[in-house]
Amino acid sequence: MTVHHKMDDQQPDVLAGMAQGVIGKGEVRVDGPLKVTGQAAYAAEIGDGTEAVGVFVRATIAKGRVATIDEAALRAMPGVLTLVTDERLLRNPAQGTANKAPIQGARDVAYFGQPIALVVAETFEQARHAAQNIAISYVVEQAVTDPLDGSAQIDTPDAKQTEQGDVDAAMAAAHVSIDANYTTPSQTSAAMEPHASVASWEGDKLTLHGSYQMLKYNRNELADALGIDPSNVRLLAPYVGGGFGSKLGLSSEAVGAAIAAKALGRPVRVVMTRPQVFEATMRRSSTQQRLRLAADAEGHLTAIGHDATVSNLPGETFSEPVALATHFLYAGKNRAYAHRIARVHRTCAGSMRAPGEAVGMLALENAMDELAHKAGIDPVALRLRNIPETHPETGKEFSSRRFAECLSQGAEHFGWSKRSATPGQVKDGEWLIGMGVASAARGNILSEAKARVILHADATATVETDMTDIGTGTYTILAQIAAEMLGLPLHSVTVRLGDTDLPPAAGSGGSWGAGSVGSAVFLACQSLRKDIAGMLNADPADITLKDGIITTGNIQRSLSDTLSNDLTAIGHIEPGEASNTVEHAGFGAHFAEVAVNSVTGETRVRRMLGVFSAGRILNEQTARSQCYGGMIFGIGAALTEELVHDHRDGHIVNHTLAEYHVPVNLDVPQLDVIFLEERDAWANPIQSKGVGELGISGAGAAITNAIFNATGVRVRDYPATLDKILPELPEG
Amino acid sequence: MKQFEYNRAMSIADATKAASGPGAAIIAGGTNLIDLMKLEVSTPDILVDINRLDLGQVSRTDDGGLRIGALVTNSDLAAHETVRRDYEVLSRALLAGASGQLRNKATTGGNLLQRTRCGYFYDTAMPCNKRAPGSGCQALDGFNRILAILGTSDHCIATHPSDMAVAMMALDAVVEIEDSHGDTRQIALDDFYRLPGSTPDVETVLQPGDLITAVLLPRPTTGRHIYRKVRDRSSYAFALVSVAAVAQMDAGKIAQISLAFGGLAPKPWRNRAVEAALTGQAPSDTLFDEAADILLADAKGYGANDFKIPLSRRTLKAVLRSVTETDQ
Repeated sequence: MTVHHKMDDQQPDVLAGMAQGVIGKGEVRVDGPLKVTGQAAYAAEIGDGTEAVGVFVRATIAKGRVATIDEAALRAMPGVLTLVTDERLLRNPAQGTANKAPIQGARDVAYFGQPIALVVAETFEQARHAAQNIAISYVVEQAVTDPLDGSAQIDTPDAKQTEQGDVDAAMAAAHVSIDANYTTPSQTSAAMEPHASVASWEGDKLTLHGSYQMLKYNRNELADALGIDPSNVRLLAPYVGGGFGSKLGLSSEAVGAAIAAKALGRPVRVVMTRPQVFEATMRRSSTQQRLRLAADAEGHLTAIGHDATVSNLPGETFSEPVALATHFLYAGKNRAYAHRIARVHRTCAGSMRAPGEAVGMLALENAMDELAHKAGIDPVALRLRNIPETHPETGKEFSSRRFAECLSQGAEHFGWSKRSATPGQVKDGEWLIGMGVASAARGNILSEAKARVILHADATATVETDMTDIGTGTYTILAQIAAEMLGLPLHSVTVRLGDTDLPPAAGSGGSWGAGSVGSAVFLACQSLRKDIAGMLNADPADITLKDGIITTGNIQRSLSDTLSNDLTAIGHIEPGEASNTVEHAGFGAHFAEVAVNSVTGETRVRRMLGVFSAGRILNEQTARSQCYGGMIFGIGAALTEELVHDHRDGHIVNHTLAEYHVPVNLDVPQLDVIFLEERDAWANPIQSKGVGELGISGAGAAITNAIFNATGVRVRDYPATLDKILPELPEG
Repeated sequence: MKQFEYNRAMSIADATKAASGPGAAIIAGGTNLIDLMKLEVSTPDILVDINRLDLGQVSRTDDGGLRIGALVTNSDLAAHETVRRDYEVLSRALLAGASGQLRNKATTGGNLLQRTRCGYFYDTAMPCNKRAPGSGCQALDGFNRILAILGTSDHCIATHPSDMAVAMMALDAVVEIEDSHGDTRQIALDDFYRLPGSTPDVETVLQPGDLITAVLLPRPTTGRHIYRKVRDRSSYAFALVSVAAVAQMDAGKIAQISLAFGGLAPKPWRNRAVEAALTGQAPSDTLFDEAADILLADAKGYGANDFKIPLSRRTLKAVLRSVTETDQ
């Protein structure tokens, strides 16, 4: 049976009354052994090696149209089987939750590096060689590739320009104010596993193994792109080697593989190279942000202004929502937001880990630090002083919020009191030492999800859903929830994910996966508990399930003796009124200590602490790893990561992992994560909140604020590479 | 990747003969060449694999120096007891380069011959005088943050990416080469590399059929060794600026000093006038500034890499302070 629950109101903490004791604990990943022994097969590894192999041809202009392709010469090359130039090929990758095909028609070129045709050959090397040497001519059109030089068309959607009160007047009347511009560069997710698809057809039925985050949407996007019914598409992604947003929506390799496999009547594999991943999947938009903060003599904010220019391709709906957290994090009567979208011919911009907060909070939290310094108020105290009672724009209560404790407990744990308020005071040999703080906040979302739980007669259970585990620990937390609810040891629960033949879940994105599909599993298990209670004529509230034993009153029975056949239930969670009644967000605080070399300007992070309140933590270990990952992203954003666009044609110059600098092990110091005990009754029935993206929100700002504290140098142009610090350091 | 003929050489004569034909390339560790072949930046017709040759030894020379076989891996060389003791700067430079995995494969000869990391060189859709002579240089007015400020030309501003070669330059290394006639010659490392001029595609004096068989180091000089590498992340990043320094003090004065620089030029850079200005002098910030003046007299920035000029000065001065410091 299906149990449906719409999240309209607060929910009791049912999990707290369970007896198994596995929820919340730091259980190691149940899929870990498969991964470290190479038995977890990723998309590119599917098949027996007899598949034909496709390699994309890239556009080498920024704007125009493919005029001619010398197909005859191409087909004469060794091993070449076919060339796909079908108008169904994607021009842009799909945005997250698009649920329909993105812009198609690859012969029209909208950005340098766009896939324009797929060469398919017997082997990868043959296909790559042919793709490299294919003769193409273009009709070149004028491209606009710089979002800030005045050449780009600027969209200013009315809904994104808002003002409450009068920020200009408040700035003029302020005791102390900050008006500063910050820029952040394009970034790329750089997931370890590249985008890859293996497609095969049986009649009208397509099976595609891909590397995707949100299968129920991706299936519809693929079917729509191909012009076939979604029921004819089965999409599988049981293991995904990282996504960070770049695999939320369909990308071109899936469509290319499917078209080629149909044309050739044999399976086709398409794996993007690293440069193709960088050029042809989503980037995070570069941003230019203006922050205005006004405060009274006590440091109470009287105004916040957050204006931004972001960029995307013409026709794309997504625009980096930099002010998401600014709306609710701090008090202040007067508030204004301006949002400009520059239309440029650059690689498509989309959601990358914590779209909005990840770069918006760099600017906001730097500005808060600047205000604290100017006002002579401790940066932690300034933040504590400006925590609003309710949402400062809507007046809504927060569902749960231990933001103040994150700041104050973090300060205590980190040794914040040892920080010198005057910059440039602490030296260790050649190194200048400083500390920085930044707040973390990330909106929490519930998304519709279904999951099936089968309780087998031998007292084991299977969880089935099309949910994905992109490295976050979904397999493990779903097993924990089922084990907790059904009173089974963790190893008695098997979890099957990543197959559109299974009930559709929420997908991995927006940090909503665990709370959404976890609730679906919870609901299914709750239904199964009723069935079990019914077998003993007991009230479901009166039974205890632990280690496969049912206890009710003075009756104790083993589950396996009680069950004569499998019991199945499907849980179905749906967002409801609770999303509107109160404001939902996770909160936290980042603390960083950095060392800046006084000779070279090189910055090295010495230690970081993140303190988070994110509702119930389902697995202390995998949640902690998520936060580590976010904080490491923060190190990258602060110090090293920049996707460089050539100013003439917008092409990405540093499109490999050698030149696009994600932090290496040696860049990552001792990281500490503390979770504050919290339950969120408004969030979902398991009372959790999203944690994955909370860890990155604000993290980089703590580092750049620490650079200021170490040196007195304020870098407002990310990343804070040494050349931006050097000019302001004392003579060497 | 373009199809190629694979030729496994079983003797040096085999290798030099096979490598003397048109379109031949020698492969050892392959850590750079294979990447270049995948991208078709390099498209050899014949690959001559020299990994079976007996060039993997480190041995003492008659004059008390060191002979490093061309196939000695970067990892092995960095860990070699004599190198660690007597040529410390070389060990440090090696360990500052690449990653552990790459160092396990990369060889001494191959390291000398690695190609620039200029992004326009690696992208076959871009003009590049080094890759496609006469096509132009996109880096001059493009993203040139990592590129050269010394020894450049209007045709090319690429840097040589090696750390090992910078240390070897400071150590007065000599390259031993055997040609296809079986003749051996020795060329000082400083003369081994060519500046780009109007032919940036020609990077060394090697002729078709030439095989690097060894690198020779002279007798070690006592004194302090320093390799300082400034980079954008702590590891696995190419040098923005690096300095190799070997110096010896005598009665408060610099008795002997050699300096080489990475990240600044199309070749590991050595300017003996800098050393001459320092030799016989008592260390001081004024002296170090004069040395930097000499080093950077002809330095030219191209926009994004302008910062390398002050960065080189600061780094050089800091290295000079450390290398001339005498223990109390």
